[in-house]
Amino acid sequence: MDVFKSFRSPSGGETRVLDDIDLDIRRGEFFSLLGPSGCGKTTLLRILAGFEQPDAGQVIIGGQDMTGVPPHLRNVNTVFQSYALFPHLSVQDNVAFGLKMKGVPAAQARTRVMQALERVRIADFASRRPDQLSGGQRQRVALARAIVNEPQVLLLDEPLSALDLKLRKELQVELANLQESLGMTFVFVTHDQEEALVMSDRIAVMNRGRVEQLGRAEELYERPRTAFVANFLGSSNLIEGTVLSVDGKGATVQTVHGPLRTTHGEGLRPGQNVTLSVRPEKLRMERDDETEGNEIRATVDDIVYTGAENQYLLRAGGQQLVVFQLNADIGADEDFDYEEQVALYLPPDNLVVLEEA
Amino acid sequence: MLTVRRFFATLGPGTLWLAAFLIVPALVMLGYSFLTRTDLAQVGGPWTLEAWGRVFGYDALFQEWTADNARVLWRSVWVAGLSTALCVLMGYPLAFYIARQDARRKNLLLLLLIIPFWTNFLIRVYAWILILRPFDLVPSLSATLLGMVYAFVPFFVLPVYSSVEKIDWRLLEAAQDLGAPPLRAFMTAVFPQTLPGLVAGILLTFIPALGTFVVSDILGGAKTAMVGNLIQNQFGQAGDWPYGSALSFLLMGMVLLGLWSYARRAGQKGLEELV
Repeated sequence: MDVFKSFRSPSGGETRVLDDIDLDIRRGEFFSLLGPSGCGKTTLLRILAGFEQPDAGQVIIGGQDMTGVPPHLRNVNTVFQSYALFPHLSVQDNVAFGLKMKGVPAAQARTRVMQALERVRIADFASRRPDQLSGGQRQRVALARAIVNEPQVLLLDEPLSALDLKLRKELQVELANLQESLGMTFVFVTHDQEEALVMSDRIAVMNRGRVEQLGRAEELYERPRTAFVANFLGSSNLIEGTVLSVDGKGATVQTVHGPLRTTHGEGLRPGQNVTLSVRPEKLRMERDDETEGNEIRATVDDIVYTGAENQYLLRAGGQQLVVFQLNADIGADEDFDYEEQVALYLPPDNLVVLEEA
Repeated sequence: MLTVRRFFATLGPGTLWLAAFLIVPALVMLGYSFLTRTDLAQVGGPWTLEAWGRVFGYDALFQEWTADNARVLWRSVWVAGLSTALCVLMGYPLAFYIARQDARRKNLLLLLLIIPFWTNFLIRVYAWILILRPFDLVPSLSATLLGMVYAFVPFFVLPVYSSVEKIDWRLLEAAQDLGAPPLRAFMTAVFPQTLPGLVAGILLTFIPALGTFVVSDILGGAKTAMVGNLIQNQFGQAGDWPYGSALSFLLMGMVLLGLWSYARRAGQKGLEELV
C-alpha cells in the first residue's frame, strides 16, 4: 500500500466536486482516473499535487500524511495538459529546473537531465526553446521534466489530449513502456476510455465526483457494475427485467424479449428488478427461424460499415440493440440485409447484472 | 516587394509626416547647434562648436571648464532614475492587483487610473503646491520627485497591466510542482512573462522623466533645475537657440544610447517586445 487517500465532500461552493473518494493506489502501478469532463478527476489529481486542498479527509503518499502540504514540498510531479514549459528556458534548463530546486550538484544534474531526455527520445533538442518544438516534442519534454526528479508519484493530466490521433496512439504505448521500465507510480487522468484501457494496470471510473467502479481493464469491461460504466467504457445493450428464479448456476430474468438466462446470479432475489448489460460484440446473429435458449427475434434496422467491423442496429421488443461483427468473421451466409429477420443469441455468460442506479 | 505604389499607400503618410515634422525640424535644430546667437532668439553665422562646448561645460574659448552642466545632467539622470524606481515599486504590484480583479472591478480601477488625464496636467501639478505647502515642501527636490512619480505612475502601470493580463498562470503551478518555493516560483514562471510590459513601462517613465521640465519648474525651483529646465530656458527667456539645440541633442543622444544598449543586450526579440 503506497498511496492512500480518503476524504469526504470537498465542496466548491454548493456543488460537491468530489464526494467520498477512497482510493488506494499501489506502488509502481499505472493507475488511471477515467471519466467525463466535470466528473472531478482533475480536481482529484490537483489535490494529489497539492494545488488544491480537500475540505475533509486525508491524502497519504508513501505512508506520509501530505494533507495541507504545499506542492513544492511534495515528492510528486505533474505532467500538465498544456505542457506548461517555461518559454524563456531551453529544453535542458526546463528539465533541470526541478533538480536545481532540490539542490542537486550541476554536473550530476546535467547527466540526469540528458538521461531523462534520452529516455523520452528528445535529447537532440536539448538546447532548443519550447516554441521551436512541435506539440508531441513538447509533451516529451514535459514528461522528461517530471520524471527526472524521480517522484514517488507521477501525475499526468490528460497529457495526450492535445495531440493528433496517430501520435497519441504512439505515445500511449511509449508511456506505458516508460512506466514499466521506470517502475514509477503513474496516476493518469483521461476522458478517453480507450487510452485508459490500453495503458492502465487499474482504472477508477469516475462520475459526478464519485468512483463508480475500480478495477483492471478487463474487469471493468467484462463486468461493469453500473449502467454508467457499461456505457462509458465501450458501448452496451441494456435490457431491463425482473428476476424469475435464482439457482446455483445463475438466474433467469423475465424481460420484454422473454426469459433470459444469465450466469451472474450472485446476490439476486426472485422478484427483483434488474438491468442486464451485454456488449455488442458478444451477441451472435443467426439466420435460424427457430429460437432456442437465450435467443430473441430481431429485425435489421441499419448497418454501419466501419472498416474492421460491421455495426448492426437491430429492433427487438420495442428496443434497439447494437451488434458488432468483425468483418473477418462474416461468412457468405452471415451477410445480413436491411429488414431481415434474425435470431439473436445472448450468451448467458456475457449477460452482466448491473447494480441498481 | 515594396513597390512604389504600395509604399505610398502604406508607409507614405506616416513617412511624410515624420519627415516633415520630425526629421526636417530635427535637422534644422542640429544645424542651429553649430551656429551662434546673434540676438534674442536669433541665430546666424559663423559656424562654430561654441554651443557644444558650453553643453559640456566649457566657456566660449574652450579655456575654462565648470561642473554646472555636469551637475544638472547627473541630477536629471538620478532623479529620473529614482522616480522610475518608485513607479516600479508602486506600479508593479498595482498592475497585478488590477489584473486579478473580476471584469467589473478591473474596468473601474483602470478608469480611476485614467481619470486624472481628464484634467489638465499643469493644473494638477499646481494642485500639488496646495497639497504640499502646509508641509513646507515647495520648492524642493522631494516635491519634484513626488510630482514626477504622480505624473508617470499611470504610464508605468498600463503596459505592465497588459503583460500581467496575458500571463499563463499554469506556469506558476508548474514551477511549484517542480519544487520551487513561492517567491522562486514567481521569479521563474511569472516575472519573465511581465518583462515586456516592465521594460515598456520603464521606458515610458524614464524617458519623459529625463526630459521633464514642467514638474521641476513648478515644484522644484531654480536650485533643483533639470536638463529640461535648462533647455526650456534657452528657447524661452535666454533666447539662445544654438545652446538649447545642442542641449536637446545631448538629451536625445543619451536616450538613444540607452535604448541601443538595451536592444543590443536583449537582441532582436527584445526590440520586438519593446514595441
